Amino acid sequence: MNYQELGLKAGIEIHQQLDTAEKLFCRCPTLLRDTAERSGEFHRYLRATESELGEIDRAAREEMRLVRKFCYYTYDTVCLVEHDEEPPTPMNPEALEVCLTIAKMLGMTPVEQVHTMRKLVIDGSNTSGFQRTALVALSGSLPDGCLIETICLEEEAAQRVEDEIFSLDRLGIPLIEITTAPCMHTPEAVQQVAGHIGMVLRSTGRVKRGLGTIRQDVNVSIADGARVEIKGVQELDLIAEVVRREVERQVGLLAIRDALRERGARVDHTVVDVTALFSGTASAILKKAKSILAVRLYGFAGLVGREIQPGRRLGSEMSDYAKKCGVGGIFHTDELPAYGVTADEVACLREFVGAGENDAVVIVAATRQRAGCAAEQVMIRAEMALSGVPEETRKMLEEGSTAYMRPLPGAARMYPETDVFEVEIDAARWERIVVPELLTDRAERFVREFGLDETLARQVAFSERLPMFEKAVAAGVRPTTAARTLLATCRELARDGVAVGRVSEDELLALLSAVEAGRAAKEAIPDLITELARTAGGDGAPLDRVDAAIEKMAPAVSEADVEAIVRRIVAEREAFAREKGMGALGPLMGIVMQEIRGSVDGKVVSETLRRELKRLLA
Amino acid sequence: MRYANGGTALTGTYITKRDGMAVVKLDSGYNIGTSPEKIELVGRPAPQPPAGAGVVVQNPDLPDLAIISTGGTIASRVDYRTGAVMSQFSANDILRAIPELGEIARYRDRQVASILSENMHPALWQELARAVYDEIRAGVSGVIITHGTDTMAYSAAALGFMLKTPVPVVFVGSQRSADRPSSDNAMNALCSAAVATGDLGEVAVLMHATTNDDRCAIHRATRVRKMHTSRRDAFQSMGMAPLGYVDYPALSVTLSDEAVRRGTGEPEIHDALEERCALLHFYPGMPSCVLDAFEGYAGLVISGTGLGHVATEWIPRIREMVADGTTIVMTSQCLHGRVCDRVYNTGRDLLSAGVIEGEDMLPEAALVKLMWVLGNEPDPEKAGVLMQTDLAGEIRRRSV
Repeated sequence: MNYQELGLKAGIEIHQQLDTAEKLFCRCPTLLRDTAERSGEFHRYLRATESELGEIDRAAREEMRLVRKFCYYTYDTVCLVEHDEEPPTPMNPEALEVCLTIAKMLGMTPVEQVHTMRKLVIDGSNTSGFQRTALVALSGSLPDGCLIETICLEEEAAQRVEDEIFSLDRLGIPLIEITTAPCMHTPEAVQQVAGHIGMVLRSTGRVKRGLGTIRQDVNVSIADGARVEIKGVQELDLIAEVVRREVERQVGLLAIRDALRERGARVDHTVVDVTALFSGTASAILKKAKSILAVRLYGFAGLVGREIQPGRRLGSEMSDYAKKCGVGGIFHTDELPAYGVTADEVACLREFVGAGENDAVVIVAATRQRAGCAAEQVMIRAEMALSGVPEETRKMLEEGSTAYMRPLPGAARMYPETDVFEVEIDAARWERIVVPELLTDRAERFVREFGLDETLARQVAFSERLPMFEKAVAAGVRPTTAARTLLATCRELARDGVAVGRVSEDELLALLSAVEAGRAAKEAIPDLITELARTAGGDGAPLDRVDAAIEKMAPAVSEADVEAIVRRIVAEREAFAREKGMGALGPLMGIVMQEIRGSVDGKVVSETLRRELKRLLA
Repeated sequence: MRYANGGTALTGTYITKRDGMAVVKLDSGYNIGTSPEKIELVGRPAPQPPAGAGVVVQNPDLPDLAIISTGGTIASRVDYRTGAVMSQFSANDILRAIPELGEIARYRDRQVASILSENMHPALWQELARAVYDEIRAGVSGVIITHGTDTMAYSAAALGFMLKTPVPVVFVGSQRSADRPSSDNAMNALCSAAVATGDLGEVAVLMHATTNDDRCAIHRATRVRKMHTSRRDAFQSMGMAPLGYVDYPALSVTLSDEAVRRGTGEPEIHDALEERCALLHFYPGMPSCVLDAFEGYAGLVISGTGLGHVATEWIPRIREMVADGTTIVMTSQCLHGRVCDRVYNTGRDLLSAGVIEGEDMLPEAALVKLMWVLGNEPDPEKAGVLMQTDLAGEIRRRSV
């Protein structure tokens, strides 16, 4: 596709959880729990509140189509604030500091006074019915010239367990939201910008890492299309694909619009009750439905079933809208006969509702009320197809296709959080913020200062073990040894089933220092880590435990001992040595090293062996 | 208004000036505080059309209820532009915010006050009692009183003593403000309407029974207490089970055997109160000269320790005050249990000094009762007897 010609405009919002000790508006730890550990649960309803003009926000209104009872799982690491049973605490200063640090790294300007707002969210993910959010800084820039519009500090929502059940452990974890301008024009550019911002965030060393801790929302539009917000893209690698597929979808919808207009298509707003037609049906879904309603879409035949994204049709969009009313989905004539509905029944349906060959019929089966609501939603979406691409919020499905979630929220859904005082960001506070080194800069410095090769340097810089690496180097461990051990060795051991994660940071540091001090050879490191992992959880200070491991796996061998062993082995294989000459060095080296089990540095051993061989051959 | 900062210019709405900072609502909906010099006026907003248009039509076949507001709001509305929260009092506003109320009854509204409940005072209890009495006499099926939660239990107790009612009189409020989607206001309001149209025949408080949105509890006016600063289920019946429950969303009311039923007795009002009464919470080391502040008071309720004690050092001063005509009633800061000043010497000395045992009355209920008793019974001896007589369910003969 020619994205320039299509007028692609994309922007992203990045949501990143911060790794603070406490949550944003309460003193609970930012700890995720297993739902099996829950200490209780409770139930609530949420209601949309009216604005001054008696309006309910359009996104909120849609969520309210169905009165929903929400269930919340609670834990001993959660308090009354998450329960919406106690007012929030003042804004967590640690979280604000991290947010300001990121703002400074992005060249942004802080607001003078931060006001916490309530953003209405009544999908159940916030017990209060709103998310607390505050605008902290404005207008930054990225290296490629793309602009950052805002950075906000907000509270993370509760995690959905299933349907209307939420887990409160995640609610309130500090989250920053970075919004870029719609300044990207290719799918790849979006992915690059997201990658760069992610790197900036990790450079602080104070953001959470792992699945779900960073989420990107992508805003996409093409010329003549509409702004569509795709929420919750967790994998960076999928971003470009999500953008490609959204462009494809908008192009597809525009083509459908043109075809509909050419045919003079229209939506009949009279819903027909066709329950009686299916009284003898073999379709399990239709058989048990109290009410079956049909919507007539004149001129829509063949288009409802047309694919607009891999695995998604216009019919899928209608189905998403209908599901808001609590129905399982819809049937449409482009996909029938199927699902137990026979060709006869379809013909009968068409005749009954007066649908011709060019027309499509959509049926919904549910209770009278739900089916009525769903039929209305189908008509709304069908009308939208006539005018093109609707503005909406969508969620990502596996592989990068998307499904409808709700209308784009209006700006009319924010009002002040009166329970939280404003926070001043004066010049002195802003000056105090120290900008950390970017991970990319750090990798370059590692190459320059430590002589690490580029790949390893980058690996170290981007690794979660970076702080440990820096500690080890500060303690005098050779950077290459530290880097290889913490990345390559540990990863290889883990792959072989060694519980490397059980070896504490202090033990690893003590071990590296011991190697550096010559108390064990580099070659013994894998054995020593394996031993430490095997005995993890046992008694003793880290240093003592490392000493014990060295004693067991690589007992100290003196220089005299090395010489004695080398002499004995050379003597035992005198004939071989004489035959091979200095060529015997390699094979004999292996035999010696095996005997001293990595207690001595290979270099020392090879020097001794070379000397001994020379003496023999002289 | 235009806001320029860090090279970007944004537009928004100027809201107010606070502590030298201009509060500005940017077009994105976010508020920020900024130095006034960073903003400039670019235009004035068009005047907003008046709010609250649209009259709700009430169903004439449903029972009549009176909603009397004191400032506690069961409905409020947010102005998303400025972020201000507006209280709503008229039946029309309330029905627009909680339309399901319209399926339960017809409503007439009456506003007695518009105050925060911490500013409530006895004169307003009298005004409130008269308003309720008028409505009952006018033939409503029940009365709902919206009230702030801080002092709701005091006001309920006051009406409990001042009124005899054949119809339900239900105090209701919300612990979460009504502008929040999670507010307990709608469920509490709907449940209160269910009770007000139901079989109850006394003054009660209705609030959430638990943290869940599944059940409200009905509490006797003279035995209810706010036991938590913020939880939805802050209100508890003390020393007895609630008078009943309302299940939500079914709105089915279940009353206990003890609840007074609709139609019991004729409406009566006795609205005299003696306001020169006080409630004193005793603590270790509290000097007896504190009592001097209540010199000349008609009545004093002491929230004493344990079975009903104060320091021995206080007894001479108490004896003097009783002799000077102050009725002194002893209750316990334990809240649960009955005062008994016959077990320990301190208690016996208090009794001999003329202190009246407050039985198992809650300290706050005893204060309100003392105001009412002294307002209606001039003879101190008879007043003392009345203080130990159950008048409105405030005293239980047995502790179970």
